[in-house]
Amino acid sequence: MSAVILSVKDLTVSFDGFKAVSNLDLDVEEDELRVVIGPNGAGKTTLLDMICGKTKPTSGSIRFKDLELTKLNEYNIVRAGVGRKFQTPSTYEDLVVFENLQISYPDARGVVGSLFYRRDAKVVEKINEVAQRIYLRDHLHTKAGRLSHGQKQWLEIGMLLMQDPELMLLDEPVAGMSPRERDQTAALLKNISKGRSIVVIEHDMEFVRKIAHTVTVLHQGKLLSHGSMDAVQNDPKVIEVYLGV
Amino acid sequence: MTPVAVARLVVRRLDVAGWILLAVLLLVFPLVLDEFRLSIVAKYLSLAIAAVGIVLIWGYSGILSLGQGVFFGMGGYFMAMCLKLEASAPNIPDFMDWSSVETLPWFWEPFHSLWFAIACILVIPAATAFVFSLLMFQKRVGDVYFSIVTLALSLTLSVFIVGQQGYTGGINGITDFRTFSGWDISSDTSKRTLYFITVAILLAVIVIGRTIIRTRLGKVLVAIRDREDRVRFSGYNPATFKAFVFAVAALYAAIGGALYTIQVGLMSPTLVAPPSSVEMVIFAAVGGRTSLVGAAFGTLLVGMSKSFLSETFPALWLFLLGALFIGIVLILPSGLAGVLNRLAGKLTAKRVVHEAPESVIEDGRGVRQIP
Repeated sequence: MSAVILSVKDLTVSFDGFKAVSNLDLDVEEDELRVVIGPNGAGKTTLLDMICGKTKPTSGSIRFKDLELTKLNEYNIVRAGVGRKFQTPSTYEDLVVFENLQISYPDARGVVGSLFYRRDAKVVEKINEVAQRIYLRDHLHTKAGRLSHGQKQWLEIGMLLMQDPELMLLDEPVAGMSPRERDQTAALLKNISKGRSIVVIEHDMEFVRKIAHTVTVLHQGKLLSHGSMDAVQNDPKVIEVYLGV
Repeated sequence: MTPVAVARLVVRRLDVAGWILLAVLLLVFPLVLDEFRLSIVAKYLSLAIAAVGIVLIWGYSGILSLGQGVFFGMGGYFMAMCLKLEASAPNIPDFMDWSSVETLPWFWEPFHSLWFAIACILVIPAATAFVFSLLMFQKRVGDVYFSIVTLALSLTLSVFIVGQQGYTGGINGITDFRTFSGWDISSDTSKRTLYFITVAILLAVIVIGRTIIRTRLGKVLVAIRDREDRVRFSGYNPATFKAFVFAVAALYAAIGGALYTIQVGLMSPTLVAPPSSVEMVIFAAVGGRTSLVGAAFGTLLVGMSKSFLSETFPALWLFLLGALFIGIVLILPSGLAGVLNRLAGKLTAKRVVHEAPESVIEDGRGVRQIP
């Protein structure tokens, strides 16, 4: 057993009385690639929102290494080493791929620092390396707005890679991708999961089978099942929720 | 910085539209126009300085302020207070007399010093803008809500100035000054001099604005405009960035206001109020909201058509001006600058193709490629 990097304890959030996530416990270990699945409204995105600080939980705790994330604001959570990719690709459409990646490099994040910032060769090298990994090496000078949907997804993953987060939260990274792009993304995730933990939300079961170490199933804000893909797929509770029998 | 370095920076920062502007301002206008017209142009150029700031906050950072008149007015009133004291010395300003204020109020006292007034112009509007907008942006007041708050601010300040007649000159504003630190500002030669000073300052704010846009901070601002959330989740606090650029725009507006006061010889609450503030946004929109040079063109075009139309069609001019604005927004969404850049793009198309393999990134420094 390796060490636990993210520990969610008794986490609850309610919106006007509706509990989107209730009493959830979840541990993610170092180097683990965890996939969270569940029907619509299961609370998957809300869970990621709470980890990265976008939504404040009603009660419970989220510990990342030694830090209590529920007490930090978004940018301090990022600076602590948590990266978040959104469901709809969020890139800076008016900037080229190079600039998208450059802004994401954890350097000069203050007003004064960024005003007098000069990028050095190290950053350029890092940008080239990341661009290579996300299959956008030939598009460094294309405006992000002109990329295909799948390429935007990759770019956003690349923007996270620039930050070298210890924990990456990916919300539906293959949504809207062609089968070939899905395969490339699976290879990409395997490649980048070395040395960091990743939590992925995904609907595409074939894709989940390709990448997942362990799978967590959420249903109506609660933990339904947890284990390897095979174990989860044969769990009668999961079958009931998904097939409604 | 040495003069040579400054000149080199200016050359590097100007595009085709910028050179055209410079040629028109430095060669055409001074040769063609008389002092009276030239000082009208100078009046619009001081408004253009505020419009350049609007391009920075609106075009590049997505912050629509409908209250730049507040900062324009601050700069203008600080300058006016200083000039008025000089004009009425050794007595107190005439309008105070009329409102039976008998001794000079304490906050007028330091404006005997020109340097104090200049320091106020350069510091107070920018500092106020920074603190005010930081509070807003930290609370995530953005978009249209922020615009409404700035509009309210502009209304509040203008009403306040009108109400405090004994201290501010009320609705008439502060007027009747002839000298600037002993220098007669109503003569023809000084009008010409002031015109060239205004052109130089306009050029400076454009070059500084361009420089800011090209830094990492400039890219972050564009990123905030397009995806504020993403920027936050890249470890930045967007609020401080937005407050910074808002303060820069306020500084520009204040400098514009101060220059306006010197050249027009008047500062009044009308220039603080919403109509005037919104007009500055129109200047930027007509010029093209992402073009700093365009803001100057926009201001000149709207301003001069205003002068021309109001003289030629006294009854109809406001409608014609409205039609002009609607027409430009409908036909040219990226403003006058969009047209100029498209033309320039066609002319220089060949050159660009040649340069492409070497200078890959737009700042021209190029990117080291790994083979």
